[in-house]
Amino acid sequence: MDAALVLEDGTAYFGDACGAPGERGGELVFNTAMTGYQEILTDPSYCGQGVVMTYPQIGNYGVNPEDDESGRCWAEMFIVRQLAARPSNYRARTSLREYLEQRGVPAIQGIDTRDLTLKLREQGALRAILSTECLDAAELAARARRHPPLEGRDLVAEVSCQEPYRWSEGLPCAFPSPELGCAAASGALPLVCYDFGIKRNILRCLVTSGFAPVVVPARFPAREALALRPAGVFLSNGPGDPAALSYAHAAVAEIAAAEVPILGICLGHQIIGHAFGGRTVKMKFGHHGANHPVIERRSGRIDITAQNHSFMVDPDSLEGTGLVVTHWNCNDGAVEGLEHVRLPVFSVQYHPEAAPGPHDSNHLFRRFRRRIEERCGAPAR
Amino acid sequence: MPRRDDLESILLIGSGPIVIGQACEFDYSGTQAVKALKQEGYRVLLVNSNPATIMTDPELADRTYVEPITPEFVARILEKERPDALLPTLGGQTALNTAVALHEQGVLARLGVEMIGAGADVIRKAEDRALFRAAMDRIGLRSARSGIAHDLAEAELVLEQVGLPCVIRPSFTLGGSGGGMAFNREEFETVVARGLRISPAGEVLIEQSLLGWKEFELEVMRDRKDNCVIICSIENLDPMGVHTGDSITVAPAQTLTDREYQRMRDASFAIMREIGVETGGSNVQFAVNPADGALVVIEMNPRVSRSSALASKATGFPIAKFAAKLAVGYTLDEIQNDITRSTPACFEPSLDYVVVKMPRFAFEKFPGADTTLGTQMKSVGETMAIGRTFREAFQKALRGLEVGRSGFSGKTTAYAPDELRQQVARPHPGRLFAVYDALRLGHPVEEIHRLSAIDPWFLDHMQELVQADQALAGRKLESLQAHELRELKAQGFSDAQIAAAADTRETEVRRHRHGLGVRPGYRLVDTCAGEFAAATPYFYSTYDSTRDEAPASARRKVVILGGGPNRIGQGIEFDYCCVHASLSLRAMGIESVMVNSNPETVSTDFDISDRLYFEPLTLEDVIEVCERERPMGVIVQFGGQTPLNLAHGLHGAGIPILGTPVDAIDRAEDRGRFADLLNKLQLRQPNNGIATSPEQAAAIAQRIGYPVLVRPSYVLGGRAMEIVYDERDLERYMREAVTASPQRPVLIDRFLEDAVEVDVDCISDGRRVVIGAVMEHIEEAGIHSGDSTCAIPTFTLGEAVEEEIREAARAMALELGVVGLMNAQFAVRGSTVYVLEVNPRASRTVPYVAKATGLPMARLATMVMAGRTLDELNVVEPALAEHIAIKAPAFPFAKFPGARADLGPEMRSTGEVMGIDRGFGMAFAKASAAAGRTLPTSGKVFVSVKDSDKRNIALVARSLVDLGFTLIATDGTWKVLKRHGIPVQRINKMHEGRPHVVDLIKNREIDLIINTPLGKITRYDDGYIRTEAYQANIPCLTTLSAAQAAIEGIQALQAGRAEVTALQDYFAPARPPVTAEA
Repeated sequence: MDAALVLEDGTAYFGDACGAPGERGGELVFNTAMTGYQEILTDPSYCGQGVVMTYPQIGNYGVNPEDDESGRCWAEMFIVRQLAARPSNYRARTSLREYLEQRGVPAIQGIDTRDLTLKLREQGALRAILSTECLDAAELAARARRHPPLEGRDLVAEVSCQEPYRWSEGLPCAFPSPELGCAAASGALPLVCYDFGIKRNILRCLVTSGFAPVVVPARFPAREALALRPAGVFLSNGPGDPAALSYAHAAVAEIAAAEVPILGICLGHQIIGHAFGGRTVKMKFGHHGANHPVIERRSGRIDITAQNHSFMVDPDSLEGTGLVVTHWNCNDGAVEGLEHVRLPVFSVQYHPEAAPGPHDSNHLFRRFRRRIEERCGAPAR
Repeated sequence: MPRRDDLESILLIGSGPIVIGQACEFDYSGTQAVKALKQEGYRVLLVNSNPATIMTDPELADRTYVEPITPEFVARILEKERPDALLPTLGGQTALNTAVALHEQGVLARLGVEMIGAGADVIRKAEDRALFRAAMDRIGLRSARSGIAHDLAEAELVLEQVGLPCVIRPSFTLGGSGGGMAFNREEFETVVARGLRISPAGEVLIEQSLLGWKEFELEVMRDRKDNCVIICSIENLDPMGVHTGDSITVAPAQTLTDREYQRMRDASFAIMREIGVETGGSNVQFAVNPADGALVVIEMNPRVSRSSALASKATGFPIAKFAAKLAVGYTLDEIQNDITRSTPACFEPSLDYVVVKMPRFAFEKFPGADTTLGTQMKSVGETMAIGRTFREAFQKALRGLEVGRSGFSGKTTAYAPDELRQQVARPHPGRLFAVYDALRLGHPVEEIHRLSAIDPWFLDHMQELVQADQALAGRKLESLQAHELRELKAQGFSDAQIAAAADTRETEVRRHRHGLGVRPGYRLVDTCAGEFAAATPYFYSTYDSTRDEAPASARRKVVILGGGPNRIGQGIEFDYCCVHASLSLRAMGIESVMVNSNPETVSTDFDISDRLYFEPLTLEDVIEVCERERPMGVIVQFGGQTPLNLAHGLHGAGIPILGTPVDAIDRAEDRGRFADLLNKLQLRQPNNGIATSPEQAAAIAQRIGYPVLVRPSYVLGGRAMEIVYDERDLERYMREAVTASPQRPVLIDRFLEDAVEVDVDCISDGRRVVIGAVMEHIEEAGIHSGDSTCAIPTFTLGEAVEEEIREAARAMALELGVVGLMNAQFAVRGSTVYVLEVNPRASRTVPYVAKATGLPMARLATMVMAGRTLDELNVVEPALAEHIAIKAPAFPFAKFPGARADLGPEMRSTGEVMGIDRGFGMAFAKASAAAGRTLPTSGKVFVSVKDSDKRNIALVARSLVDLGFTLIATDGTWKVLKRHGIPVQRINKMHEGRPHVVDLIKNREIDLIINTPLGKITRYDDGYIRTEAYQANIPCLTTLSAAQAAIEGIQALQAGRAEVTALQDYFAPARPPVTAEA
C-alpha cells in the first residue's frame, strides 16, 4: 500500500498507487458509466474534481489516440477498484496506468470504491486528497479541509482556450451515429462556440450536423462574437461554479438580446439560466454517468443520457426570466433543459454528444440547425 | 400510455418440459408475467405441460391448463376459453413456434385472438434467416456471409459463396438444435442433412464461420412509445463457435471501449425497430473481430430468453415482468424500478460488480457423445456468481458449479504437451481446466490466447490466480496474516482452496480466518451502482470490505438452501419446493432467506423471498450467510442432494437444521443402519450386500443371485447405476465404472425382474404421516424413477398391496423421525412388497403430486418444519380422484447422437411433463404428446422385442392390427407374430443387409417403434434402433407395459377429440389454512 485517499471528514482509504506520483486535492464525485474512462479523464468539466469510477474493472481496453476529449487529462485524481495490468483491445496503444503516469494524474486502486460511493451519496460530494507522498491520514484530512471548495470557483479560466480557432473534423465514419450519420451536412453554418471547457465530440457532432464552428475563449467579448455574424452561438460544458462566471452571464445576455440563436450544454445551460436572471444550486452529489433518463415535456420522448454536473438550475428561480423548463430528469426531477419563450435560446443540462454515453440525444444538434434554418427562412433540411 | 382496457383475458404459453436449451428460465419469466398480468387485473390463462413449474400452481393463473403445448391442444384451449390475446414471448421457442403455427393455421384469426408482445410477422422476420439477413442489409449492418438451403443441392450452391469452415443452423429450432460446424465436405453434407430434417421449416442457414471472433450479447427492451434501453451487456469468455448457453459469460462486457459499446447499442435499437419488436425484451448477439473491431450481427431473439433471465439476475432488472407490462400497453417510464422503488424502469442498469455465468454439463451420462462444444447447446444447467472483481466472481462461479473444484485450482492432468495444446484449443467442458493446467505449467498467456482465442484480458486474470495459488504452496496457515488472507479472499479464493494449498483442513482455515476477523461483506444488487438507495434485499458476498449495507433483522427467520446449477436428477422440481418453502414461511410471518446460485430459477427472483443471497452452495458460503442471519433453522431437504450434502457440516458448525434430524439422512443412506431399521419394522428389501473390492462383489452377487443392481453409495440421479446380468458383466462394471474402496463401497442389490415399481411421497410432522400419493410406474422395475412414466392413482395394484405400501411408508417416516417430506420407493412382485430406498427429503415428484392431487405438499411440509402439526393444519390425504395424471420424461438423446438412447437405472432425462385426463388412455396420449412423442393414430409400427417379451408381444401386436396399424418386425419377432397368425412384414436388422430398419426410420416410413432392449449389452445389441428413433423423433416404446399403455392412448385418440380441462376444474385451488403466528 503506497497511496492514501483521505476525505475532509477524516475517512481514509489506503491502496496501491497506479498513476503519477504526487499529491492532489479536489472534490470527489463518482461516475457510474461502465465504459469511457479515457473520455472522462480528458473531459475539462472534471477540472477541480477527483473521479471515483463505480465500475470496478477499469483500464480493460487501454487507451487509444482517438478517444481523448481534450488535449490533456483534467480530472485531478482517479480512483478505481482494480486497474487492468494489460489492456486488451485492437485500438489500444498504451495501458491506462502508463497514460495516467504520462499525463500526471495520481491514481489509487485496491480500495473499496462502493463504500466510498455510498459515502458520497449519503454525505454529498466531499473534498479529498490523494497522495503517494504522505500516508498520514490526519494530516491529509487537514489538507483536504484546507482545499478550496468548488462553490464560488471560476475554473473555466483554467480550461478554456487562449485564442480562437476553427474546427472542421466531424464524427468518425467507423462509428456512425444513427441520428447524424457520418457525412457532414453541406452548406455549413458559421457557429461561434464559447469554450468553457469544450469536449471534442461536441465539435464533431456540430460539424456533422452542418455547422462550421469557431471556438472562442470563455472571455471572448459578445460584441466580437456578434461581429463574426454567426448563424448561432454555442455555449459549452465546463467545470466549476456557474454562479462565478458573471462575465459569461453578461455576454450571453447580450448575444440573446441580439436574437442570435443559442444552444447551451451543461455549464452552458447553467450560464443561460444565470443570464436571464435565474439561479443555480449545488447538488448533493450531482449526476455523473451514462444512464440518466430524461423526458422532454412536449413530446414525452425519453432519452438515456450522459451526464456530468454538480450544479443545476433552480426551477424556482425561473419565474419572470422568460425561460421555461423543457426537459426533466426522470429519476429525481432535476431541470434538464430550458427554452426561452420568445428568444431562440435552448439548452440542455445533459450531454447530447455523449462520449462516453448513449447517442440517444444526438438529434439535438440537428434540431438546433433546423431551428436556425426555420428562423432564417431557409428550407429545412 | 396506460394499460390496454380493450383486453380482458390473455393466454400465456409456457415452454413445456425442461430440455437442453429451454429450462427453468421460462418458469421464471412465465411466473413473473402471470403475476404481473394478474396484478393488472387481467384474466390470465396459462398452458404448460410441465407440472414442476411454479407458473402452473393453480393459485397463480385464473385458468391453468396442464396440457401438451402443441397447436392442436392450444387451439382447443383457445376455443374453450376465447381469450382476447395470446402472449407468446415468455415461453421460449416452444411458445413462439406454437403461436406462429396457430397464426398460420388461421386459428387466431378465426377466434379473434390478438398476438401481443410480438406479432407473427415480427417473429418470422427475426427467425427466418433470409428475412433477417435482408433486414440487416437494409439498416446497414453486417451479418455473416450466408445463404439459405432447403435441400442438399441448394446447400452446395451456398457453400460456393460461403466457403469452409462454415456454420449450419436449422431454422426455428431451440438451443441451436441440429446445427453444427463443418470443416470439410463430408461434415458439411452430414450436418446439412441433419439440419434439414430437424428444422420444422425444412430449412437451414449456411453461414460464414466467425471462429475466433469475440462474442457479445445485448439485452434490449422497447416500449410502445419507442423508448429503448439496454438492460445488460454480456461478453462471452468462449469465443465465437460455442453456443452462448455453453459459454462462460461475463456481465457487463469487459473489453469494449465506449465507442464500440455505443455502436453495438445503436445497432441493437436499429435491429429492434427494423424487425418491428414493438414491446418487450429481445436479445441481440454480435461477433466482433478482435483484430479490427469489425461488427457482425449474429441473431436476435424477439422474446425473453435464457440470457434475459441471466441479465435480470445480473442487474436486478426484472425483464420478463416488465415485458408483460409493456405487452399490455404500459411504457417504461410508467413502471417503477423494483429495486430502488423511487426511480422509473426507463433507465439502463449500471453495475458495480462483475457477474460470471458457467455452464454445467452432463456428458458422463452420455458415453459416446461428442464433447466438443459447438453451435448446438449441450449443457444442462448453469451457475452464476457475483463478485466485486472478475477474479472473485470467476472463482465463486467455479465453486458454485459443484464439479469438484473449489476454485481455479485443483488436480492437474498430466497431458503430453501436444495433447495439452489440443485440449486448450478444442472447446469442450474441460477446456477451462486445460487452460489452468497450461498456466500452471508456465505456458504464456499469448500462446493460450493463440490456441483458444480466449481474450487475453480473461487469461491475464486467470494467470494472476494461478500465481497467487502457487505462491501459497508451502505456506503455513498460521503464518497467513489478515491482510494476506483478505487479499486472497477478495480474489475469490475459498477456504477449501487455501487449505489445499497450505496443506491443512478447510475447517482450520475457517477457524484461523475467523480468528483474524476476515469475514465477507454483503453488497446489494441495486441496478444503479450505488447512486440511489436500494429497497430490495438482494445480496452477494464480497471480501472487498465489511460494510454491511442491510444488516440482518431480529425477526424469526429461516434460511432455505436451493439446489445450485441444474443437472440431470436435480432441477426445477427442487426449485419448486424451495419457492414454496419461502412463500409458506412468509405467509406464516417468518422471514424467508433464500440462498442459491442458479440464475434460471424462480427461487432466485428477488420477489420470492424476504432476502435473497446469490451465493454458491458450499459449506463456507452458507455458514457465512447463516452466521450473519442467525436463523431459527436451515431447510436442507428441499434443494435436492446439494444442500443435503451440507447438512452434516452445518450441523457440525452449530447451525440448526429444520425438520428431519440430520441423523435420519444417515440412517436412510447407510446400508447397515437402513437394514436395521427395516428389520425393526419388519419390512422386506431385496437381498443385498456392500462390496469394497471386485472379489467381494462377485461373492455377494453369487450369494444373492443375478441379475443384480449395482451402484456407488451416496449418488444422485442413479449416477453409475447399472443392472448386471452375469459375473463377466460385474467384473467389467467393477473395473470400468467405479473404483470400489472401503471409503467408496459399491452397493449390490438383487434386481427384481418384472416387478412393478412404486413411489410414495409423504409429509410427516413426527406424529402423523400424510401420504400425498402412491405412484405406479408404467415400466417394470429397473428404470430410474426419474426416467419412468408413472401414474397417479395406481392402476394395477390391489387394495391390500397399496395399503401395505402406505403403512410401510408411514412406519418408516415415523421411525426415522421425519419432520417434513419423505419419498420412498417400493417394488412389488406378485403381492410381495419390497422397500427399495427411502429419501428423507423432497423428491422430484413432489410438484407432480401437488398438481395431480391438489395437495400443496411443499408448503405444508414447510409449515410442519416450522412447528405446526398436520392436525392443526387439518391436512388429510387426498381422496381418490376421478382423473388420472401421468408423468412422462423428456430426454436429450437427440442432442447426443453418439450416445445410447436406452433407459436404465441411471437417470438421463432432463425434464418431465404431465398428462391429465379422466381416462388412462387419454392421459397417456397427452403425456406422450407433451413430451414430444405424439402417438400416431394410423400408420406403420416397427416391432422388435427381446426373447422374454416374445410370449406377450402377440397381444400387443394384435391390438395394433385391430387399431388399423400395419406391422413390420425383425426376424425373431416376425416369426413369433407369424406363428400367431398376425399379419406382419419382415425387415433386416442392420447387420443383416439392406434395406434395414434404420433405412426405414431415416425415411420416416415408421410411425411408432416398439423395441425392448435385451438388457445386457451384447454383440447383437440393437441400441442403434432407439438412437435413430430419437434422432428421427419417432416415438419409441421400450417396454411392453409402455406399449400396452400406448395402445390405450391410441384407442383414446381414435375414439375422439381430446378434451382440455383446467386444473381448477379438477379440484378447487388449495388454500392451506395459513395464519400468521403471533
